Amino acid sequence: MSYLGQVSKMVSFDAHGGEKGQAYYAEPATGARIGGVVLIHHMPGWDDWTQEAARKLAHHGFACIAPHLYFRELPGSPDDCAARARSKGGVSDDQVMGDVEGCMKFLRAQGVSNGKVAVMGFCSGGRQAYLAGGRLKGLDAVVDCWGGGVIEDDPKGLTPERPVAPIDLTKDINAPIIGIFGNEDKRPSPDQVNRHEQILKDLGKTYEFHRYDGVGHGFFAAERPAYKGEQATDGWKKVYAFLDKHIGPRAKAEG
Amino acid sequence: MCSYIMEKIRVFGSAKAGDEWRRIDTAHVYFDHPYDAPLDHALSIDFHNHAAGSRERVAVELSAESARELANAILAALDRGAQEHGEAPRAELPASIAPAGMFHY
Repeated sequence: MSYLGQVSKMVSFDAHGGEKGQAYYAEPATGARIGGVVLIHHMPGWDDWTQEAARKLAHHGFACIAPHLYFRELPGSPDDCAARARSKGGVSDDQVMGDVEGCMKFLRAQGVSNGKVAVMGFCSGGRQAYLAGGRLKGLDAVVDCWGGGVIEDDPKGLTPERPVAPIDLTKDINAPIIGIFGNEDKRPSPDQVNRHEQILKDLGKTYEFHRYDGVGHGFFAAERPAYKGEQATDGWKKVYAFLDKHIGPRAKAEG
Repeated sequence: MCSYIMEKIRVFGSAKAGDEWRRIDTAHVYFDHPYDAPLDHALSIDFHNHAAGSRERVAVELSAESARELANAILAALDRGAQEHGEAPRAELPASIAPAGMFHY
């Protein structure tokens, strides 16, 4: 067997408010028509791991754009931009949705695009991915990895920047959803995941949830203690299969 | 989990980064996934000089355990310093450097 080559680079996209956003983009170097993924980083920022995850998706046959959601705080390193965004209370849902929409357009404008686009996020990005499923038109798949705050039980969690619990927009989601969760997570807790699933069932949505014992929050992150190889490997495989089904077929290495 | 909760206080002093000392007037304290430390969560402190309009910060990311040890060590050092220098610990900061309040996002 062989492996897929890939091309990765910095790109700009048409962001919320008419601004030019900064993003990392990776695609397989096969030239095959493929689906694309908008990959949303977690609250601490546009870190190395986010770019690794983008390359990982390209390695497995999908195009991926990972926007720097704090580009408006440039110049500076991604961590300094994150600190500035945090000091302002974080970015608003409206702004993130506008940025994700711009990234969707970017993906569909690429020569390798088959026209299908998914959104995927981790932690706060998982919440934003789910929110995008409810608010944005034209999504073909939603990947929610342990999104905290999809169900918001604490009224203080709703703010002017983030006024809606994404679960309340579930009725508006038309794309299939995959959820990846750790049973030792506290946000979302197993109880919240159960309630989330019940709502999806009640509304007749197309979804698949995968819950893993022995792991908590963020168990894909190989550089952190929460990483668990067995569960992370299986979780990624579930994500690849889901994306292959709904935005594929993915590019494959020949030989 | 990602957290938007942050404690923001006014401070008076200086911080050093590289070869440069700089005046600081604000500290942001929060507990979330760190950017660099190989931890699931960390206590982060960002020291800023907002009065000067600076966008730079001096930052640390600490494990929860070491952050608590640091907090205890700070209090212990202040108590010892007060004893050795004959200065009673201040219960409150002067108005000019009083805490600006806690900001929960």
